[in-house]
Amino acid sequence: MTPELVVRNLTVTHGRHPAVHHASFRLAPGGKMAVVGPNGAGKSTLLRAIAGLHPPAEGRIEGAGRVALLPQSGDLDRGFPLTCRDAALFGLWSEAGAFRPLAAPERAEQALAAVGLSGFARRPVGSLSAGQFQRVLFARLLLQDAPVILLDEPFNALDARTVEDLLGVLRRWHGEGRSILAVLHDLDLVRREFPETLLLAREVIACGPTAQVLSAENRLRARMMAEAWAEHAAPCARAA
Amino acid sequence: MLWEALVAPFAEFGFLRRALVACLALSLAAPPLGVFLMLRRMSLTGDALSHGILPGVALGFLLAGLSPPALAAGGLAAGLLVALGAGALSRATGGREDAVLAALYLSALAAGVALISWRGSPVELTQLLFGSVLGVDDAALLLAGGAASAALLFLALAWRPLALECFDPGFGRSVGLRGGWWHLGFLALVVLTLVASFQAVGTLMAVGLMMLPVVAARHWARGLGGMVLAAVGLAVLASVLGLLGSYHADVPTGPAITLCAAGLWAVSLLLGPVDGLWARWRPPRHLEG
Repeated sequence: MTPELVVRNLTVTHGRHPAVHHASFRLAPGGKMAVVGPNGAGKSTLLRAIAGLHPPAEGRIEGAGRVALLPQSGDLDRGFPLTCRDAALFGLWSEAGAFRPLAAPERAEQALAAVGLSGFARRPVGSLSAGQFQRVLFARLLLQDAPVILLDEPFNALDARTVEDLLGVLRRWHGEGRSILAVLHDLDLVRREFPETLLLAREVIACGPTAQVLSAENRLRARMMAEAWAEHAAPCARAA
Repeated sequence: MLWEALVAPFAEFGFLRRALVACLALSLAAPPLGVFLMLRRMSLTGDALSHGILPGVALGFLLAGLSPPALAAGGLAAGLLVALGAGALSRATGGREDAVLAALYLSALAAGVALISWRGSPVELTQLLFGSVLGVDDAALLLAGGAASAALLFLALAWRPLALECFDPGFGRSVGLRGGWWHLGFLALVVLTLVASFQAVGTLMAVGLMMLPVVAARHWARGLGGMVLAAVGLAVLASVLGLLGSYHADVPTGPAITLCAAGLWAVSLLLGPVDGLWARWRPPRHLEG
């Protein structure tokens, strides 16, 4: 059963500077929402806060009990000697933990097949292209089987074919009633695939049906808000 | 002839057999730890830790002479202090951990050598630094066996968390992996294994069995499991050859075993099927797809 994701008056800071500032929005169960905004708008921080990796300075997040996060591939060691199968199987962590045996490990092959990597189970991850590697991470997400899925720029630097295949995975999740929150930069893709959009520039500029949110006026406001950053800002006076 | 060179020394001398058992136990435990050190880009940390245990060993020596329990306890305490201290200091002061580690281990090595030279003889200094086959008594044998068992048990339990923490620490955190604690336990086992090694091979050479077979194993296998197996095999070979060399050529055991491991590394580097130099010079024709 997918819960409603509710973010109430959320502020997340780096040091004392807010990266996300008094943000509130809801993602209905089974909703498919894009997070859009300029660089430095706090999109990644928002996702990390929802995933429980960055404790909020103020505000609350509800319904984020079981979430799966696909971070921007940053601190990942692609030279590590693992097979695609093993890398995908880490998706079963919340089920198997550090010690318990894996129930039905053949699910890894099924998940790899679902992202278009049939026959890749024994390939070392170091030998994959960027697109194939992103597919492995999607296979891991499939195995995580979480009701709420957070994706941080999942289609960066991928070719059209890979993006299309992975969008198919997103549609499948949507069809299964999971909630999806994805940080994206390609506005055409957002208009095509995402019924709802959250426009973020540290504060929520707009949230709702994609066509309304992505108006020229809103996007201009977002750009101006994101650029306003003061080294010596006064303490925020807004009520917590 | 071959019998006399390879088997007779062990058949004849009890102390060599004891040294062999200790080295074989360490050959089983040290390389798997070394594999994870290498994969975490911490190959030099093992080296720093092996130097870091010396002042503790020296204090044990000053207080109790060449008694294994005292030496081991001192070494363990000093090693853990260096391992944890480097991490804590670099976090507290914003420096780089490798720089802090280098400063700590140089200080530790100097302090250790000074302490031992102050009260001990040059023979004792050599024995502590480079090991001695005669040094492996019952207590040392028990320590080596115990440390090896503990390390293997820990790795059997920690394999999955350690692999995840090395491969994708961010994802690990997002699914609730306490990577820091596993890392700490891992470092403790590394220190314990180094302490257990030093009576047979000396503090300076203790890390030889941990890292050299691992660096060599990279040329024989691509997967994690294969690498560990190859490293253990190479370490066992280096131990046996090194002890024989130490006996026949009358050199300390530590350098003898480490030299054998180095020789095996050179062979692996030249002839190993994975990224070996021979394969680089004479690459087979490229495949069709």
